[in-house]
Amino acid sequence: MLKNAHGQNNLLSLLALRIRENSLLFVPTQSGGMEIIMDFIFPVAIIGGMGLIFGALLAIASKKFAVKVDERVPMIIDVLPGANCGGCGYAGCAAYAEAIVKGEAKSNCCPSGGSAVAAKIAGIMGTDALEVVPKVARVMCSGTNECAKSKYIYDGETDCYSALKLGGGQKSCVYGCLGLGSCVKACDRDAISIVNGVAVVDRDKCGACGQCVSACPKNLIELCNADISYMVSCNSKDKGKKVKTVCDVGCIGCGICAKVCLAEAITIVDNLAIINPEKCANCGMCAEKCPQKIIKFESVQELEDVDEFVRV
Amino acid sequence: MFANLFALSVGAILIENFVLVQFMGICPFLGVSKKVETATGMGLAVIFVMACASVITYFVYMLLELLEIEYLQTIAFILVIAVLVQFVEMFLKKAVPTLYNSLGIYLPLITTNCAVLGVALLNVTKGLNLIGSLVYGTMAGVGFTLAIILLAGVRERLESSDIPDFLKGMPITLIAAGLLSVAFMGFSGLSF
Repeated sequence: MLKNAHGQNNLLSLLALRIRENSLLFVPTQSGGMEIIMDFIFPVAIIGGMGLIFGALLAIASKKFAVKVDERVPMIIDVLPGANCGGCGYAGCAAYAEAIVKGEAKSNCCPSGGSAVAAKIAGIMGTDALEVVPKVARVMCSGTNECAKSKYIYDGETDCYSALKLGGGQKSCVYGCLGLGSCVKACDRDAISIVNGVAVVDRDKCGACGQCVSACPKNLIELCNADISYMVSCNSKDKGKKVKTVCDVGCIGCGICAKVCLAEAITIVDNLAIINPEKCANCGMCAEKCPQKIIKFESVQELEDVDEFVRV
Repeated sequence: MFANLFALSVGAILIENFVLVQFMGICPFLGVSKKVETATGMGLAVIFVMACASVITYFVYMLLELLEIEYLQTIAFILVIAVLVQFVEMFLKKAVPTLYNSLGIYLPLITTNCAVLGVALLNVTKGLNLIGSLVYGTMAGVGFTLAIILLAGVRERLESSDIPDFLKGMPITLIAAGLLSVAFMGFSGLSF
């Protein structure tokens, strides 16, 4: 072990020495009372003086290093859901609140909070309330194990990225959902599950944070307006003939939906039907006429549900 | 010189581990060790403060020695460390906000961490010079970090283990900490 310079008991011996020298414990005979008083006052003055100086330094430092915190930041943090889902595009609710106060972000970027939260934030900021279009994630594939053909039997790690490395995944359709649940792992709200080899979003649980969107290696998940209830559940851009060889429920780009659509909301782009949410009138003609039955009706998410989530 | 410093470091981290051998800083050791992530944050903050405190208290002790009032070292060190932590917190908030955000919650907790005072007093008792104090302080912090991360790892696994009801929570944590401490006793044979 290391030897120390003063020996083990230097503290105690020093103290003892000083007590003996200054006769603190005994009635002094030679030295006057003045010295004893000095012995008491000196240390007290030193420590007191140190306290004073440090206090003053801290006071100066707190002025000098003061960071202006806008009082609106904590107020907005209180209003936000606090799920830190990142759906707004910022690192968390606190970062989003700061961005709002700085003027970098709009008040309607919180997808899980919806209009109710946006209105409260607008109230704090003193700006006009902006409408939030409630969104949900949806999976653009309905190729279940029965409908979509497989190239091979995948027996590896249950992770889409692992399967993707083996020839683009086990499904014959290159656009199809691999159904190995990378999106399920990404979801903090337990809103996605794999049913029959295809990811399915529970719209009531979905907070539209977008974690699954970035997790999907096939880019099959998108955030869409929650008030649109008809979805094209396919993402295949292959020609109709090829689609039919790999999947029973793929969009063949026949264009019947586009013809029957009363609102002219459907266009065929790259052999795939796309519904324009701004024009869609939720009439359901497309779903009725689709020969492949892949334009599906999904229940409209009620606005009350969103509010309820915020309260939780 | 380097051999000395190396011996000092090994001593501070393993042989005289502040938490597991000298039982200092038990409060944050048990309080902030639920997750490895937070434990790491706390550990880093402690390393930082201990290194700063070792250097500052070295000069404070020089001053006390000059005035021949070394017996006031404990109270003087408490004062200095409390002020230092406050100041560091303010400074980080202004100058390095990212570091402040990651350490921020733990810094005020360290004000009352006895391990910091312990390292300052041990520096004096060991009669270390400035570099020695700095190394010993830093390595004592590293030792603290090692201990708290080890315990956090154990506790994370305890979360998902089947523990008898009466041992759940603090009791099993204390048992785990005790076993860790026993394990660290093995290092006492390691002397330079």
